[in-house]
Amino acid sequence: MTQEVKLDELYQEVILDHNRRPRNFGKLDDATHYAHGHNPLCGDDYHLYLKIDENGKIQKITFEGSGCAISKSSASMMTTFLEGKNGDEAEKLGSHFIGFMTKDTLSKEDREAVGRLKLFEGVRHFPVRVKCATLAWQALLNAVTGK
Amino acid sequence: MRVREDFPMLESRMNGKHLVYLDNAATTQKPAAVIDRMTQFMRHEYATIHRGVYTFSQLSTRECDLVRERCRRFVNAERASEIIFTRGATEAINLVAASFGRKFLKKGDEIIISEMEHHSNLVPWQALCEEKGLLLKVAPINDKGELLLDEFEKLLAARTYFVAITHVSNALGTINPIREIIKMSHHAGAAVLVDGAQAAPHLKVDVRDLDCDFYCFSGHKIYGPTGVGVLYGKARHLEAMDPYQYGGDMIESVDFKKTTFAKPPAKFEAGTPAIVEIIGLGAAFDYLQKIGWEAIHAHENELLDYATQALSQIPGLAIIGTAQEKASLISFVLDGIHPHDIGTVLDQEGIAIRAGHHCTQPVMKHFKVPATARASFAFYNTREEVDALVKAIHKVLEIFR
Ligand SMILES: Cc1ncc(COP(=O)(O)O)c(C=O)c1O
Repeated sequence: MTQEVKLDELYQEVILDHNRRPRNFGKLDDATHYAHGHNPLCGDDYHLYLKIDENGKIQKITFEGSGCAISKSSASMMTTFLEGKNGDEAEKLGSHFIGFMTKDTLSKEDREAVGRLKLFEGVRHFPVRVKCATLAWQALLNAVTGK
Repeated sequence: MRVREDFPMLESRMNGKHLVYLDNAATTQKPAAVIDRMTQFMRHEYATIHRGVYTFSQLSTRECDLVRERCRRFVNAERASEIIFTRGATEAINLVAASFGRKFLKKGDEIIISEMEHHSNLVPWQALCEEKGLLLKVAPINDKGELLLDEFEKLLAARTYFVAITHVSNALGTINPIREIIKMSHHAGAAVLVDGAQAAPHLKVDVRDLDCDFYCFSGHKIYGPTGVGVLYGKARHLEAMDPYQYGGDMIESVDFKKTTFAKPPAKFEAGTPAIVEIIGLGAAFDYLQKIGWEAIHAHENELLDYATQALSQIPGLAIIGTAQEKASLISFVLDGIHPHDIGTVLDQEGIAIRAGHHCTQPVMKHFKVPATARASFAFYNTREEVDALVKAIHKVLEIFR
């Protein structure tokens, strides 16, 4: 694969767009769940807020903080994906996505399990950036499992 | 300067492009003179030091002693016994914190560091302060990244007994007015450790002219191997200090009731040292001497000016660290683009820079940035490489526009 293709796959238009205009960006004052995601290596630093109702449904999810394009767009897309889902679904998707980013080889099922988040596959060519893509999701798992 | 052919790594390709190596503040590439000397030593001369009655061990011992002597000359110390081999600058600082700090500083005493210290010249002192109930004071910097000398002087108090300060900042490039700092500190009765990790590659160090109490640097940043570094300490301090680690080579006599310790430097060099690396460091001293400080200064300063000019013209680029006196290193940020993304794009262009907080989180806080991109130059870098950097940054702008 040429370098140009690799970079294009990494910085896809959708990713760049979420980086420029992160969705659900800001603090949530009535959050029921919270987690802090921090990558000390590169200084990516996010706060994740969730409001989960008594039926376990995510009513609102926001994030704030700073970091690279990959970590920010991943967090932003995560919030758009999870609003309205319930906590269990969120947890399942989170595990799928982290597996998708970190497994040595991917099967068709692995790709299907993450849906549109497939577009982060290009990050896999950049091992040091994988943590950027998974940071927000890791925080999510911490938030919903209460760890 | 015709030096590139001396460095085999510089011929490498990275991601299909010619390697443009601009991460010299992290570690420098090695000249063939160092690589070959170490290989030659391991192939034909290798044996342990101090202990052998046989010829190869004696020769090894002599070679290591000769490197100590070359190091004495490199920093212009009075005696070779004032030179201690450590694993690097980090270990040297920890050694002084443990063996000097723990022994001589008492509850309520004060240590001064600066806002621009590398974590390795901050955390050991912080830990010591917690352990002993000392007060850690921090001398502030201005927005150009220069130490505020007046503020520093004001911090010096009756109970300030130690100052630990970097000669050159790895995050900002600032060259500190070390001589004045040492003078002020001595006037106030404080001993001074200078972290020379970023100075030794760029400046002629003269510990007697500086009159510092301790000076340290790492071999791998001055074109030598990893795993070896140097601590210079004034003889009277080294004699009074406690050992750092205990074991072989650092004792005079041992029995179960009482052990007496060897004199410096052996007192601080417990265990078998990094013999091969010490030999390699010696070759690095020789190599640097051959190139000469004048040539190094002239070339690096020219590169710094050229790169500063060129980078300043890039829209949205801000240089972090604009001190009057700077070593050949440029930290920068691009409006709205995270340094990590800059680093990744540059990597694809074959350009190695550092992106991160550079182990100086307080500096990042001062400038209110999470991280910076840093290009750091050695005497083997060229104007063409600066041009390649500028071109690649434009590519970053294109992608993130
Ligand atoms: C100013 C400064 N001090 C200390 C160190 C630590 O050096 P080492 O990691 O070789 O022990 C560094 C290295 O990055 C540095 O830049």
